[in-house]
Amino acid sequence: MKSSRFDYALLIAGFLALWQLVHWAVGPDVVSSPWATIARAVELLRTKTFWTHIDATATAFGVASVLSIAAGIAIGLWLGLRRFAGDVADPILGTLYSIPKITLYPIILLTFGLGISAKIAFGVIHGIFPIAIFTMNAVRNVAPVYHRTARVMGLSSVTTAATIMAPAALPEILAGIRVGVALTLLGTLIGELFASTSGLGFALIRAMDVHAVVDILAITLLLFIFAAGVNATLRLVERWARHGG
Amino acid sequence: MAANYDGQMSLRGVTKVFPGHEGHADVHALGPIDLDIVRGEFFTVVGPSGCGKSTLLDVLAGLSTVTSGTVTFEGNPLAGQVPDGIGAVFQQDASFFWLNVWDNVAFGLRRRRMSGGEIGRRVDQALAFMGLTGFARAYPAQLSGGMRQRVCIARTLVLEPKVLLLDEPFGALDQQTRLLMGDELLRIWRETGATIVLITHALDEAAMLSDRVAVMSARPGRFIDIVTTGWPRTRDSRIVSDGQFGAITGRLWDKLREESLRAMGIGDPQQTGA
Repeated sequence: MKSSRFDYALLIAGFLALWQLVHWAVGPDVVSSPWATIARAVELLRTKTFWTHIDATATAFGVASVLSIAAGIAIGLWLGLRRFAGDVADPILGTLYSIPKITLYPIILLTFGLGISAKIAFGVIHGIFPIAIFTMNAVRNVAPVYHRTARVMGLSSVTTAATIMAPAALPEILAGIRVGVALTLLGTLIGELFASTSGLGFALIRAMDVHAVVDILAITLLLFIFAAGVNATLRLVERWARHGG
Repeated sequence: MAANYDGQMSLRGVTKVFPGHEGHADVHALGPIDLDIVRGEFFTVVGPSGCGKSTLLDVLAGLSTVTSGTVTFEGNPLAGQVPDGIGAVFQQDASFFWLNVWDNVAFGLRRRRMSGGEIGRRVDQALAFMGLTGFARAYPAQLSGGMRQRVCIARTLVLEPKVLLLDEPFGALDQQTRLLMGDELLRIWRETGATIVLITHALDEAAMLSDRVAVMSARPGRFIDIVTTGWPRTRDSRIVSDGQFGAITGRLWDKLREESLRAMGIGDPQQTGA
């Protein structure tokens, strides 16, 4: 544990050093210095308008995540438990997962308009497929010996699902949620970059319009820290569910 | 044939045919088999791979229905579900990775109507019996394969089965661990008084552990010989140096050699003159 904390410190120090070198190499008009960026980020966090952007992004991301997880798990469980439906849906889900969803953005905008619902919808179409795919495979890959064990113990199918299938599939489902939530954040932010009036993505694009380099990097840094934090938290939950397995 | 069910478990004219699908022919996996398993005996089935050993175990456990014939356990026909009193341990690791050792062993008891105190007493006893007391709070991922299989055995024993079915439970373990687990199994058998039915492909394991060894033919699996070993109830793995052990293993191999070649799709080279 101690050594991994040291590794993290080293990683961050190396990252900051590299950043500083790039700043010297390309100049402040392209990349602001780490120190100036961090100072600007702290300053932004003290302004009220910036918090309305955070609030807009957090709301869209939160709602999109909940929808992705709920719908993704529901679809995944249904397909995982029905062999034939799963066999049919598997290649379709794989295709939907891999197509660049940015191409759907005009349709999403026309359907949902310029408000928060378009951002949520764009977040959901990014997050729902990996969660559905991971959940389907999690259910399908539960070791057959667990089913046999349950039958020898005379468990009903409901008891088997609740006490054996669910905990056995949980680590894979959590891995799917981790991937899905990361992509939901991506989708939500892309939704804000184009045709939106609030949120961190919008703040970022406006900073680009006025060439406020330090603002661009400060917002990027904050988003980076947030995304890494979400990922690390979900990874901890996943590790707990695996119990070292 | 007059059906008299003498054994604790009896099979009469049992066959199992898996229906073919998509143009494939039906697979006749098993039988016909007649068998009486005597209460308290250590009965082992050996056979070439793919001969239907595991199908036989599924039939005995009530996990699989038969195509024809009858299976009875203590006089009652098995009706498509596993009766109380039959426990099974499989080759694949079936320990629940999300539960620690104590909760793994308590799992089956918690699904029955039993007081917490009674569960605790029985689990502690089963852990002590299997030498797992010191690992009660450990998770399966922290244990070796042999220890995990002990957890599965403890989880089954705590339900006090009258018949313990074992489907190659040591198949995934190394040879030394297997010999020691064999001793463990003999101790479990002596001290619980349960009937043990072991499925294995290891002839030495069969010769060392069993009261009777049934040799199965290549598919469709039938019994071509049943060897009575005559070992005392107090035996352990040291009998592998007994002359009788070699004689039993030799007799099993004599019977099995031809069947194994047949199962591999080759005739006996000595008979074909190759």
